[in-house]
Amino acid sequence: MSQAALQKLKERFPDAVTQTYVGKGGDDVALVKKEAVAEVCRFLKDDPELQFDMAPYITAADYMGSEPRFDLVYQMYSTKKNHRIRLRVGVPESDPVVASVTPIWKGANWYERYCWDLYGIRFEGHPDPRRLYMYEEFVGHPLRKDYSLRGRQPLMPERTVDEPFRGPGPTGG
Amino acid sequence: MAKDTDNLLVVPPVPEASPLDAPFPSKRMLVNLGPSHPAMHGTVRAVVELDGETIHGMKLDIGFLHRGFEKSCENVTWTQVFPYTDRLNYVSSIMNNVGYAMAVEKLCDLAIPDRAKYLRVITSELHRMCDHLTLVSAMGLELGAMTVLIYGMEARDLIWDRLTELCGARLTSNYARVGGVSRDIPEGWADKVLRTLDRSNEMVDEIDRLLTRNRIVIDRTRGTGVISRADAIDYGFTGPCLRASGEPYDVRKASPYLIYDRLDFDIPVGTNGDNFDRYLMRMEEMKQSDRIVRQCFEQMQPGAIASDDPRFVLPPKPEVYGSIEGAMAHFKIIMEGIRVPAGEAYACVEAANGELGFYAVSDGGGRPYKLGVRAPGWNMLMALPQIMEGRMLADLIPTFDTVNMIGGEVEQ
Amino acid sequence: MSSSSDLDLVPAIATRREDALSGLGKMVSQGLGWARKYSLFQYPFVTACCGMEFMAVAAARYDLDRFGAALPRFSPRQADLLMVVGTINVKQAPILKRVYDSMADPKWVVAFGVCASSGGFYDNYATMQGIDRIIPVDVYIPGCPPRPEQVLDGIMMLQQKIQDQRHQLIGNEPPALPAKG
Repeated sequence: MSQAALQKLKERFPDAVTQTYVGKGGDDVALVKKEAVAEVCRFLKDDPELQFDMAPYITAADYMGSEPRFDLVYQMYSTKKNHRIRLRVGVPESDPVVASVTPIWKGANWYERYCWDLYGIRFEGHPDPRRLYMYEEFVGHPLRKDYSLRGRQPLMPERTVDEPFRGPGPTGG
Repeated sequence: MAKDTDNLLVVPPVPEASPLDAPFPSKRMLVNLGPSHPAMHGTVRAVVELDGETIHGMKLDIGFLHRGFEKSCENVTWTQVFPYTDRLNYVSSIMNNVGYAMAVEKLCDLAIPDRAKYLRVITSELHRMCDHLTLVSAMGLELGAMTVLIYGMEARDLIWDRLTELCGARLTSNYARVGGVSRDIPEGWADKVLRTLDRSNEMVDEIDRLLTRNRIVIDRTRGTGVISRADAIDYGFTGPCLRASGEPYDVRKASPYLIYDRLDFDIPVGTNGDNFDRYLMRMEEMKQSDRIVRQCFEQMQPGAIASDDPRFVLPPKPEVYGSIEGAMAHFKIIMEGIRVPAGEAYACVEAANGELGFYAVSDGGGRPYKLGVRAPGWNMLMALPQIMEGRMLADLIPTFDTVNMIGGEVEQ
Repeated sequence: MSSSSDLDLVPAIATRREDALSGLGKMVSQGLGWARKYSLFQYPFVTACCGMEFMAVAAARYDLDRFGAALPRFSPRQADLLMVVGTINVKQAPILKRVYDSMADPKWVVAFGVCASSGGFYDNYATMQGIDRIIPVDVYIPGCPPRPEQVLDGIMMLQQKIQDQRHQLIGNEPPALPAKG
């Protein structure tokens, strides 16, 4: 449905949009360069034919071992035009800094904090760059693939319990 | 009607004060609400800067119920994720099941039988009623109307009894599966559900009579917690909270999934975007859910409740016990998990609080590589500091109720 | 676990010396136990899913009030039963400990649901593996979430436990004064 949007995006940003494709189940996806995220988002929101006015759902994925390591995902929706688009932004581990889109959509605030907290991707220009879920004393970013599943960092002394028998369940860690 | 209540809010003008009547000098005060506070259901910590009773600044601190949903899901098979999704929005767990199942089916490109679709819609709508009943009861309780809680819980228990007959659990039902649902309905269940709905509707009407025209409730909810339509969209509101602000967006109508395009139902839309409108949306949606369930039972035909694709769905039990292929297929799915083709997909459903989206990434293995949740309550909670800026502290409570923040999904 | 752990010391239980109490002391103890078990003022520390079931238990159909335990006190100072309802994660743990510490003796703790009892199936970086790692627990109610009948059963077990404990009108000795200087 928003093939037109992809087309328009490619025409407007021939350099920044490296690839567009129709994903599983007909999701429209565009791969965008990290430097141009804010610019592309501003365009997607303001363009009268696109009008992606609802705050996007932002999340990340850690493809450890490949380059760029992180994949930042913006899932957008337009209430005016009733179409969706997904932006994927590759973020390298060496320089995990992306421009914040919170000035564009206020609702991006906590999603970006979530990405910082759990994946360690920093957002430049974010008004409140704190952790979202974990406490300030927490070291590391738990959703990275190299963070162990059971890597608890207790805030207060706990009684030690010998590892009880555990049946089948989450493994690893 | 708006006129009447507006007048109540007007403070009579204060006569020219003499120095003797002048108020004491005041200073701003920081008050910490939560994380274990009776009025903050869930576990949110709000640091409120008060000038008298007026909120001048508010900061939210969440994460007191963060239980590592995503990390846990990445370490279990695709099917084992269902119990975790139950506990996202624990008041309406089946809608989470359905949303997740739809994301996986999108990845697998798997079509499911009609009867499974109807069963998913029926159970989803029953759970939507439970969710709204919980919200209304909790709101009543916190505004001082304990009676509403008694009626609401009884109505919810009635629906839960029926769902227990179907799924075996009261609220964490674990009902949907990739490719269908786990169980067909027991004999005579449809009729029982309809009679249950008749009874619970009576209680909903009772709540309606207790609250909707109640002067105290109107005074406390009208004009409090207002968010404009533009702001609501900018914050990413969805569901009843967005519709209360006047934006008629509902995933069930905007991009119908399952069989919602075959059903006749209405989407209530408010005008003011205040707490009272958000409450009214819930009351009306319960009636619409009732309509949907009744239509589904009329339209539903006997048939299979799950797809018969052996790659994704467990074979029927006689086959497992009777043939080596069946046993092998069963073993492989249970031990290794279903092999979901590599790729990524985003699927969303209209949950009780709004658009619930699942972003699933598969690397072709038996476990999710990444499973992100777009929880509707997230955006609502995020906007709370702006909604409450310059308002009274007491208004925070009904606002907190009507945005219906559910700890499980917001803090994952 | 070793019995010398300070976590296992329930303040209301008497030491061996007090076992040699007079018959009067026993009568007083039984009377106090009877009074205390039927007037449990609870502090619901509600965090997660189990809270929904807790609401159902407190409402009309299952009616916790029959056990004298329905009145929630929202200040730990006024409560003598701490109901930990739901998952406690690492971030929440110090708060739970603080709430527990500010309750006055005698006090009892119920771990409501499997997350509070053992962490449940959230065995990961965020979740504490059971509240008994930081505070003592009297009754564990299993289930995810437990059915209301289980909760009522747990409350009755707690009442039995309270009745069997040794209660005193006044404490043994006043706490030692800090050394001068």
